[in-house]
Amino acid sequence: MSDPGATLKPGAWLTGRSTYKRPLSYAGISSSDPRVARAIDFVSYEAELLDRKEYVVWQELYAEDGVYVIPIDPETDNFDSQLNMVYDHDKLRRARVVRLSEGYAISAVDAALTVRTLGRFIAAEVSDTEITLRAAQIVVAYKRGTHHIWAGDVEYKIRFGATTADDRIVLKVIRLVDSQGVTPASGFLL
Amino acid sequence: MTVEFTEENIYDLTPDELVLTDRVAGRMYTDPDIFDEEMTKIFERTWIWVAHLSELPKAGAFKTTYVGQQPVIVSRDRKGNIHTMLNRCRHRGATVCETPSGVVNGFTCPYHAWSYGLDGSLRGIPYPDGYEGIMDKSTMGLKKLRTEQYNGMIFATFDHDIEPLEDFLGDAKMWIDRFMAQGAGYPVKVLGTHRFKFKGNWKIQLENTTDGYHFPIVHRSWMATVDEETADMMSFMTDPTAITHVLGNGHSVMQMVPQHTDLEADDGSEPLQPRFDGLVADLRAQGVDEERIRKLVYTVHGTGFNLNLFPNVSLSISFFRTLRPVSVNETIIEHIAIGPDGPPEIVDRVNQERMRAHENFQGPFGFGTPDDAEGWDRVQRGAVGGPELPVMVNRGLARETKSPEGWTTSHVTDESGMRAAYYQWKEMMGNE
Ligand code: FES
Ligand SMILES: [Fe+2]
Repeated sequence: MSDPGATLKPGAWLTGRSTYKRPLSYAGISSSDPRVARAIDFVSYEAELLDRKEYVVWQELYAEDGVYVIPIDPETDNFDSQLNMVYDHDKLRRARVVRLSEGYAISAVDAALTVRTLGRFIAAEVSDTEITLRAAQIVVAYKRGTHHIWAGDVEYKIRFGATTADDRIVLKVIRLVDSQGVTPASGFLL
Repeated sequence: MTVEFTEENIYDLTPDELVLTDRVAGRMYTDPDIFDEEMTKIFERTWIWVAHLSELPKAGAFKTTYVGQQPVIVSRDRKGNIHTMLNRCRHRGATVCETPSGVVNGFTCPYHAWSYGLDGSLRGIPYPDGYEGIMDKSTMGLKKLRTEQYNGMIFATFDHDIEPLEDFLGDAKMWIDRFMAQGAGYPVKVLGTHRFKFKGNWKIQLENTTDGYHFPIVHRSWMATVDEETADMMSFMTDPTAITHVLGNGHSVMQMVPQHTDLEADDGSEPLQPRFDGLVADLRAQGVDEERIRKLVYTVHGTGFNLNLFPNVSLSISFFRTLRPVSVNETIIEHIAIGPDGPPEIVDRVNQERMRAHENFQGPFGFGTPDDAEGWDRVQRGAVGGPELPVMVNRGLARETKSPEGWTTSHVTDESGMRAAYYQWKEMMGNE
């Protein structure tokens, strides 16, 4: 990354956290392309499972090498070297599903009800075996008279299987607008 | 003299009367007037933790945070001095910095561009002729707090007359030193911060960092996911050597894993946990010597205790936990991950392991924190009922003893640490 101060006009303020520095790739492929449409259907199904808290079914949508991550630093792709909110590989994801389902975790037992909307789909990279998709996600979480909004950009990498039932998520990254700020503690997944 | 809390008298009692030896009144969590008084009598009159030295690694480095409800900037000047000053322009009050942290030459207010140095002094005013003869620039710097540090922990206070930080910490100092031993021969540095809020009074969190009693209940789901060694390590409920000491000035220390109280006393006899086999192998592959590996891996899960410093920071096992009161029923918590600050080829791999462990329990999606937060929300919701009903902090009162050091001591599941914090609260709230 070049020094942003170097190109600054005299007296101009440095832009703060209002803009992303992450490069945005764009495949230029329409959402009506069958592979893109298939991916959008798939992530919509994933979203519904999460809203319904069907975690046991949900976890099988992930590849064994699949990663689910909510980073704190919205610019990073190097999740290993930074602190994240969630950084689940297969083993931890399965442990989390047990935790969210078995009835010992009081935050999960009384978790907020959620409804989420996915939109603004962009196919970043498309092949016949894999797709990288970006989307906006708004989750409204309702608990004890209060609504909280979890807004973020989501990046999915999906590996296509022989049939749609064999499609698997290889990577899901949720970059929250307030990942570096303050959120409530959560008894559900984004 | 013991005051009885009754429906009739509960709103006539002064705040300091709401703390008894074994109980406090529920009104302490819910009364906004008490909250306002706490901000001035406690948060503006004692040492408040604001930063760790590693967050200000070089000249010009700064961090924005709060002392009580007041926004402050903590900065490091070119001479290495640390300053804490109000984040409030001396012209007409705008914040001069809205960035969480960074490196700068100074701070310029965005409104009319008054500019301040790293020490808060007013350096420049645009079109200064309008102020000629009516204002002395040297008196118009950002309002300064007193700033002192101990072993990397930076504290600030609005009160320029209170005792020096080291006196306030007193017996807690040796416990800070013990805590920092998890740097494994290196200084400790901040690796990242989780922030979350809960809808409850700040004292609910203050109690929680010295509450061993809730652990097997609230954290049952976390315990179910850890390996046997970790579960063993956390089996302090019935371990008589797991004890809490009261250290004075509201500070206390609870030792959940007494064998890890003094990490430097490691004689090599305790086997390293098998789950760190990969870490050990990676460090060996890096050419790190065996003694160093032992030290780094032995300390990777931190110390065996929570050191609770009144009123806003706890050095908890392997991380810092801070609380920030927002209103009578809203509090922001930070869980700050830390690790050794050494050569990257040695510490980076160790710190990855530490961050993964931190993520596993802490933060808004951890396997531990959300359950704590649910408990605290419920306390606030319940405590709205019966402001005269006592919150009981009497557990273990009859089994307190004195340690050889003279510290009041009880079991780690007892509420001695809470009683100590409330005693300090009572003292400070009783002051004029
Ligand atoms: S308010 Fe800061 S320069 Fe005017
Ligand atoms: Fe807890």
